[in-house]
Amino acid sequence: MSERPPVTDWATDFDHLDPRWSENPYPIWDELRQTCPIAHTDRFLGTYFPSRYEDVRAIAYDTEHFSSRRPVVREVRPPLIPAPPITSDPPEHKPAKQILLPAFTPEAVERIEPRTRGICRELVGRIADKGACDAAVAYAQEIPVRVIAHMLGVPEQDGDLFRKWIKEILEIGITDYEVLMRAQGEMTAYFAEKIAARRTSPGEDLIGYLVNVRVADRPLSDAHINGTLRLVLIAGIDTTWSAIGSCLWHLAQHPQDRRRLIAESGLMASAIEEFLRAYAPVTMAREVVKETQIAGCTFKPGHMILLSFPAANRDPAMFADANQVIIDRTQNRHAAFGLGIHRCVGSNLARMEIGVALAEWLARIPEFRIDPNAPVTWSKGTVRGPRELPLLLSA
Amino acid sequence: MPAAMTATKGLRVRVDRERCQGHARCFALAPELFELDQWGNGRERGDGSVAAALEAKARLAQANCPEIAVEIIEE
Repeated sequence: MSERPPVTDWATDFDHLDPRWSENPYPIWDELRQTCPIAHTDRFLGTYFPSRYEDVRAIAYDTEHFSSRRPVVREVRPPLIPAPPITSDPPEHKPAKQILLPAFTPEAVERIEPRTRGICRELVGRIADKGACDAAVAYAQEIPVRVIAHMLGVPEQDGDLFRKWIKEILEIGITDYEVLMRAQGEMTAYFAEKIAARRTSPGEDLIGYLVNVRVADRPLSDAHINGTLRLVLIAGIDTTWSAIGSCLWHLAQHPQDRRRLIAESGLMASAIEEFLRAYAPVTMAREVVKETQIAGCTFKPGHMILLSFPAANRDPAMFADANQVIIDRTQNRHAAFGLGIHRCVGSNLARMEIGVALAEWLARIPEFRIDPNAPVTWSKGTVRGPRELPLLLSA
Repeated sequence: MPAAMTATKGLRVRVDRERCQGHARCFALAPELFELDQWGNGRERGDGSVAAALEAKARLAQANCPEIAVEIIEE
C-alpha cells in the first residue's frame, strides 16, 4: 500500500490506511472534532468520518438511513455477503441476533472461563522464564483463536488458517478485491463441511447448536448458519487479540497502573472498561441508504460511514480527561462494543478473555517494559491493536 | 445531600427494556439489583427497590449504562 497518495487534509481527504492513522490516530481525531466533526473523503468511493460521540451514537441508532449491510469500509463495493446478524437491518436483525445471544450471556461465558484460564496459564508458562517475548504473537493472538475454536468445536490447529482469513478479509481485502473474495470462499467452504458433518453427528458446540436451533419451528438455512459462523470467527478473534495486546502495551509503559492492579485485584473490572474505552479496537461501517442530515452535514446515499467507536470514546465532551487512562474511572459509558441494536454479541466473552488474560499474565510476569530496540507495529484498517509487541520481562 | 436523605425511603431502579441492548453493565456492577434474561438483556430484580446500603451501586449502574437504559426513581 506504499503507492497510496499521502493525505493532504484529514477533513476532506482522510485515509484510515495512512500509516499516521494506524500508529497514532488520536491527535488526528482530536483535531477533527474541533475543525470538522464529520469529515469526508473521496477515497473508498466516498466515505464520511464522524469523530464526536454524539454523532456516532446518532448514526448507530438510526437504522432507517444507515444500513449495516456492508460492515467494512473498502475501496470496492463487493457483492453483499450476509453474515447475520452483523450485516442485518431491522426487521431481520432481531431474530437473527436472538439466536446467537443465549450462547454469549455472562452465564454461558462463565462455562468457558476455566478453559480460557488453562490456555492463558499454558501460554504464560512458556513465556515467563524468558527475558523477552513478542506479547502480541506469543500471547494475545493465541488466546481468542483457541477460545473461539473451542466454542465452535473446530481444531485449535486451524488457528493459522483463521488468522490468514482475518488478515485477508479485514486488512488486505480493504484494497484487494480478489484476496477478499478468495478468503470468503475458503471460509464458506470450510464451514460448509463442518455444518454437513454436524447434520449427521450433532455436537454440543456452537455449530451443533446452530444446526439444531429452530426459529418459529423451522431450522436455519445452511447459508444463514454459514454466515453466522463466519461472523463469529472473524469478529471473535482479532478484536480480542487487539484488546489484550493494547492492554499489555499500556501496562508495559505504566508501572503504576500495573502495580495497582496487582495490589488491588478489585480494580481489574474498572481497569478493563477503561482500557476498552481508551483503546477500543473496533471500527464498524454503515452505508447511507436514504439521505439525511446530522450535525448540519448531509449524508448522501451510496456513501459509506467509517463508524469509529474508538473516536467516540476519546471525545472530551463525553469523557472527562478523555485522552488519559484512569483505571478507576467510575463513570464510563464507553462505546467499545457499539451502541444500539448492533451491540457486540461477544462483549461478555471479550471481557472475560481480557480479564483472565491480564490476571494470568500479571500473576507470573509482574514487571515488563517495551523493548526499546524493537518496533511495536499496529494493524491497519478496521480493527486496531499491536501486531508486534516486543517486551523485556524481568522476573 | 437530599438524595442521600431520601435513600432509605423509596429508591427504585428500573431498566428501560426498549433501550437496553444487553451490555450487562448493570448486572456486573450491581448484581443485587439487576438480573439478565435468556438473551442477556437487563432488568431490575423484583420491584427494583434499593436498600440504603446499595444506593451507591445503583448509581454506579446508572452511570455506566452505555444505552442510558438504567433509571433511578426517587419516590
